[in-house]
Amino acid sequence: MRPVARTAQTASLVSCTVCHLLVRRRPASAGPAGECPRCGAALHSRKPNSIARTWALVIAAFVLYVPANVLPITKVTSLGMTQSDTIMSGVIYFVQTGMWPIALVIFIASIFVPVLKLFMLLFLVISVQRRSTWRPKDRTRLYRITEAVGRWSMTDIFVVTILVALVHLGALANIEAQTGAVFFAAVVVITMLAAMSFDPRLIWDVKEPQDECEYPA
Amino acid sequence: MTAGHIMACHDCDLLHRLPAVADGMRATCCRCGAALARPKRNGLERALALAVTGLVLLALANSFPFLGFKIQGQARETLLLTGIRQLYTQEMQGVAVLVFITTVLAPLAQLLVLVYILLPLKLNRRAPGMFQVFRWLRTIEPWSMMEVFMLGILVSVVKLAKMAQIIPGIAAFCFMALIFVLAACMASLDPHVVWERWEEPQ
Ligand SMILES: [Zn+2]
Ligand SMILES: [Zn+2]
Repeated sequence: MRPVARTAQTASLVSCTVCHLLVRRRPASAGPAGECPRCGAALHSRKPNSIARTWALVIAAFVLYVPANVLPITKVTSLGMTQSDTIMSGVIYFVQTGMWPIALVIFIASIFVPVLKLFMLLFLVISVQRRSTWRPKDRTRLYRITEAVGRWSMTDIFVVTILVALVHLGALANIEAQTGAVFFAAVVVITMLAAMSFDPRLIWDVKEPQDECEYPA
Repeated sequence: MTAGHIMACHDCDLLHRLPAVADGMRATCCRCGAALARPKRNGLERALALAVTGLVLLALANSFPFLGFKIQGQARETLLLTGIRQLYTQEMQGVAVLVFITTVLAPLAQLLVLVYILLPLKLNRRAPGMFQVFRWLRTIEPWSMMEVFMLGILVSVVKLAKMAQIIPGIAAFCFMALIFVLAACMASLDPHVVWERWEEPQ
């Protein structure tokens, strides 16, 4: 890879986030950067209000994470007996019945991943705000991880959908979705939006690009 | 890929002059390691074939029951759409819509967009509004969650195995195949190759 020792921003260029066309940036006095001449996407040198948006969404997700885990997500009625399950009680049930792999899958996908992802985003946002120069390459990698893992938290929502569809046998056995599922779905969607609103290029903006790459003559 | 073409890294904004990238190789950003170009041999043709296959699989997956369930002589088979409708009638409209988008609508839109872009290119034509449509593709992609849905099916099967007999239906196998087809399709498509084909004189 032969680098040109500048970023698009310092070269007064804007790279379209959708089609990667490089467009000459209009002076700030001319207002917003406009649209990409090739694909029509709004052009931004950096995602607009990236830090504030990410903060807001991360906080919202943390708040919703509480009811998502405290409230039941399913209600099982079987032969007149009713039992409500939260995400955690589902995990405990699998541990007690010796189904470790499934317990682990649900614990990781539903409880661990959302929190981990939120803390990683928090760390990224704070490090950018403090203009940290610490290991930008690793932080970019961390960002790619937050983008990739979030979707797996949808597992439990899909499980609820499938259970509700299948276990619908009147008095014999019946499973219904409960409010916890709504909050949980909201957490998944909001954390995904939070990851999308963070701009990894901000990590690199404090650095001069000369340090890492070798330039062939 | 056209060598000498200048592009900015989408993850760190560093400008690069693209070298000649052989098919099957990838050019990565020297600063942050992001993949900048990854052309594949016959990538467009392969992506088109996979997208068409995907559409067929998606149609099958939604017309056949994906799981059967037998308990004390009572049997029940279910379509994915039944589950979504079930959620909808249980005052879970938001969740129902989310499941519908992530397992039906987004994969369908993703595949339709790919066919819309790639089929005319294959015939040396240009689909009107191709870039606009490609922009939608980028928006849709993260919300298409077939592989996560598959994990959901596995967990449900194990969960119910103790209380009933579970029979995977035709649709379950279609879903499984669809995951691989979708992943292979997105992997064989390097958007820059599409732009290049688009900008070639007709
Ligand atoms: Zn563009
Ligand atoms: Zn980079």
